[in-house]
Amino acid sequence: MMLHAVIYLIVLPLLSLTLILGFIRLLIGPTLPDRIIAFDLIAAASAGIIVVVAIASNHSVLLDAASVWAIVSFLSVIGFAYYIEKWRGRP
Amino acid sequence: MIDAITAALLIIGAFFMFVAGLGILRMPDIFLRMSCSTKAATIGFGTLLLALALYFRDTGVVTRSLATIAFVFATAPVASHRIGRVSYLVGVYLWGKTIRDELKNVYPPDACVPFGEVCAAPGSRSGKNISTD
Repeated sequence: MMLHAVIYLIVLPLLSLTLILGFIRLLIGPTLPDRIIAFDLIAAASAGIIVVVAIASNHSVLLDAASVWAIVSFLSVIGFAYYIEKWRGRP
Repeated sequence: MIDAITAALLIIGAFFMFVAGLGILRMPDIFLRMSCSTKAATIGFGTLLLALALYFRDTGVVTRSLATIAFVFATAPVASHRIGRVSYLVGVYLWGKTIRDELKNVYPPDACVPFGEVCAAPGSRSGKNISTD
C-alpha cells in the first residue's frame, strides 16, 4: 500500500532525524534557553510521530494523546520561562 | 486520490519538521534558532494534523484535529515570546553579525543578570558566550 510505504520510508525517518537533531542541540546547547527550545522541538516532533502512528495503525484515538502532548509541552515551556525569570534576580 | 493527497501532506509536514530540526542545530544564535524551530515546527505539526483529518474523514476526528491545530497556532507564539524575552533578560549572547537590537536601551542595566558570570549591560553585549560550564 502506497500510504504505508510513504509513512515507513519517508515520514517516520524524517521525524526521527528531527528528534536526533533536537537531541544534539539539547546536549550541546550553551545556555539553558537553548535547551528549552530544543526540548520544545523534541515535544513537537514526538507529537508529530504520534499523529503519523495514528494514521499508520488506523487508530484515531491516538489524536487525543497528541493533543494532550501538545498542551503539556506548552505548559512546561511556560513554566520553564516563569522560573528562569524568577531565578535571574538571585545573586 | 485521497491517499495521494494524504501522503503529500505527510511528506510536506515531515519535511517542515526536518527543516526545524536542521535550523535548531545550525543557526548561530538563540533567537534565530527559536524563530526557525517555532515557525517550521508549527506549520509541520499543522500539516500532519491536516493529513490525519483527511485520512479518517470522521466528524469527531476532524473537529479534534482542527481544534488541536488552532491550539498549537495560538500557543506556539506565546511560548516563543516568553522564552525569547527571558533569554534576552538573562543575557544570552547575540550573534556577532546582528545589525539591529530593538531592545537595546529599553531595560535598565541592572535588569540583566545572567547565569553565574558577570553580566555585561544589555546595551553592551559582546559576542562571547556567557555560559560557564
